[in-house]
Amino acid sequence: MARRYLRLLGAQLRIAGLVSLQYRADFFTDGLLSLFWLGVNVAPLAVVYGRRETLAGWSFPEALIVIGWFTWLKGILDGAVNPCLTAIVEHIRKGTLDFVLLKPADAQFLVSTAKFAPWRGVDSVGGLLLLAFAFVRLQRWPTPGAVLAALLLLCTAVALLYSLWLIAISVAFWVVRLDNLAFLFGSVFDAARWPVSVFRGAWRFLFTFVIPLAILTTYPSLALLGRLDARTGLFAVLGTLAFFVLARQIWRRAILHYSSASS
Amino acid sequence: MRGAGVARALRAFPSLLRVGVAEAVAYRAEFVVWLLTTTMPLIMLALWGEVAREGGPLGGFSGADFTAYFLAAFVVRQLTGVWVAWDMNREIREGLISMRLLRPIHPLVAYAAENLAVLPMRLLLSLPVALAALFIAGRDHVTHDPALLGLFCLSTAGAWLLGFGLMATIGALAFFIESSLAVADLWFGLFFVCSGYFVPLSLFPAWLRPTLDLLPFRAMLGLPVELLIGRLGRAEALHGLAIELFWILACWALALFVFGAGARRYSAYGA
Repeated sequence: MARRYLRLLGAQLRIAGLVSLQYRADFFTDGLLSLFWLGVNVAPLAVVYGRRETLAGWSFPEALIVIGWFTWLKGILDGAVNPCLTAIVEHIRKGTLDFVLLKPADAQFLVSTAKFAPWRGVDSVGGLLLLAFAFVRLQRWPTPGAVLAALLLLCTAVALLYSLWLIAISVAFWVVRLDNLAFLFGSVFDAARWPVSVFRGAWRFLFTFVIPLAILTTYPSLALLGRLDARTGLFAVLGTLAFFVLARQIWRRAILHYSSASS
Repeated sequence: MRGAGVARALRAFPSLLRVGVAEAVAYRAEFVVWLLTTTMPLIMLALWGEVAREGGPLGGFSGADFTAYFLAAFVVRQLTGVWVAWDMNREIREGLISMRLLRPIHPLVAYAAENLAVLPMRLLLSLPVALAALFIAGRDHVTHDPALLGLFCLSTAGAWLLGFGLMATIGALAFFIESSLAVADLWFGLFFVCSGYFVPLSLFPAWLRPTLDLLPFRAMLGLPVELLIGRLGRAEALHGLAIELFWILACWALALFVFGAGARRYSAYGA
C-alpha cells in the first residue's frame, strides 16, 4: 500500500520535473523574482530597525531569521501547494474532478501531488542565505539540538500549511468561483513575516490560535535561537496533528458534497 | 469616425456598469474573499501601532496617526484596486479576447466598466471602516479643509485611473510575452514598498524622498491617504496631483499603444 503510493508520488514528481524542464527560462525569472521579493520583505524591517534597536524583544538579525523562515516556507507554498490549489479549483469549476475521483487511489493524495513548480525552490535557497546572514550578524551559530528542533518545527509548519490549504480547497466545493483562493492564502500568509509577539490583543490571539501563523515562522525561529520552551513546541506539534486530522475530515465531507458540473 | 466611437462607448457605458454590478452581487462569496486579501494595511496598522507604543512617536507619527494612516490606506486601496491584468492575461492566452475585439466598443473601455462596477459593493464594505476610522482616530486626523477633501477625491479617482492604465499595459503585454504576470508580480513588489502601503513614505530616509515623490507609486496610494489625514498643505497637494496627472496620461497612452500593437499581431487559436 505505502509502496504503491510512494511509486505514485515518484511518478507525479517525475512528470513535474519533466514539465519544468520545458520551461527552463522560468528558472531565471523565478530566481530573480525571488531575490527581488526578499528585498521587498526586508525593506519595512530595515525602516523599523533604522529607527529602533529592538521591536517587541526582537533585534534586527533575529527578525531577519523570521523572514528567512518565511521565505523558505513561501517557496514551499508557491512550489508545491499553490499549483495544486489552482489546479483543483479549476477541476471543480469545469467538472473534470470526476476523472480524478474515478482513479483507483486516494483522491486527496492525487490532488495534493498533481502539480509542482520545482523552480520555486530558489526561494528556499534565498531563505537559507538570509538565515546564514542573520547568524553571522548575531556572531554565533545555533546548537545541533536547536537545528534539529527547528527542522521538526519546519515539518510541522509544512503540515499545517497543507491542512490550511486542504480546508480552503474544501470550501471551493461549496463556493465554486474561488479562483482567487490562492491570493487569499498568500495574503494571510504574508502576516507571518513578522514575529507574532509584535502583535497585541486580538491580533495575537488570531495569529496564534485561529490562523496559527506563530507555528509557521515564529516558533521555528525561536527554536533556532534556542529560546523556545519545550512545552510550547510540543503543544505546536500536537495542535498541528489535530488540525491535520480535522482538515482530512472536512475534505471527506466536502468530497461527498461534490456533484459534477453536468449532473 | 473616432467621435462616433467615443459616443458609442459613452452610450454603452451605463449598461456595462449595470451588468458589472449585477455580477458583483451574484458572486458575493468571491467578493468577500477579495476583501480579505486586502487586509495588509490592517496588519501594518497593528505592527506600526505597536512600534509607536513601545518607543514613542516615530518620524512624527503617533499611535493614533498610524491608525488613521492605515485605515485610510485600507479604504483607498479598496476603492482603487483593479485586476484587469489577470483577466486580460487569461483571455489572451485562452483566445477569449477575440470576443471583445469583435464588439463595437474598445476592449479597454469594457474592461474599465467591469473594474469600476464593483465600486458600489466595495464602498458598502469599506464605508463602515472609514466611519469607524473617523470615530476611533478622532476628528483631528481627518483634514478639515474642504479644498483638500476635494483634492482627495480627485487624487483617489486619479489613483484608480493610474492603476488601471498600468495594469492594462501589463495585461496587454501578454500579447507579446508569456510571463506578463511575472511583470505584475514585480510591479506589486515595488508598489508595496514605494507607495506607502507597508510604511508611510515620510519614514523613509530623507535622501530617498524626492525620488519616491517623482515615481508613480506614491500617486496610487500615499498621496490620497496623506491628503485625507491632513498631512499635506495645498501647495504640496497640487504638486503631487501634477505628478499624478503626468503618470496617468503616460500610462494610458502606453496602455492604448501596447494593446493596439498587440491586437494587430494577435491571432486567436482556431481563427
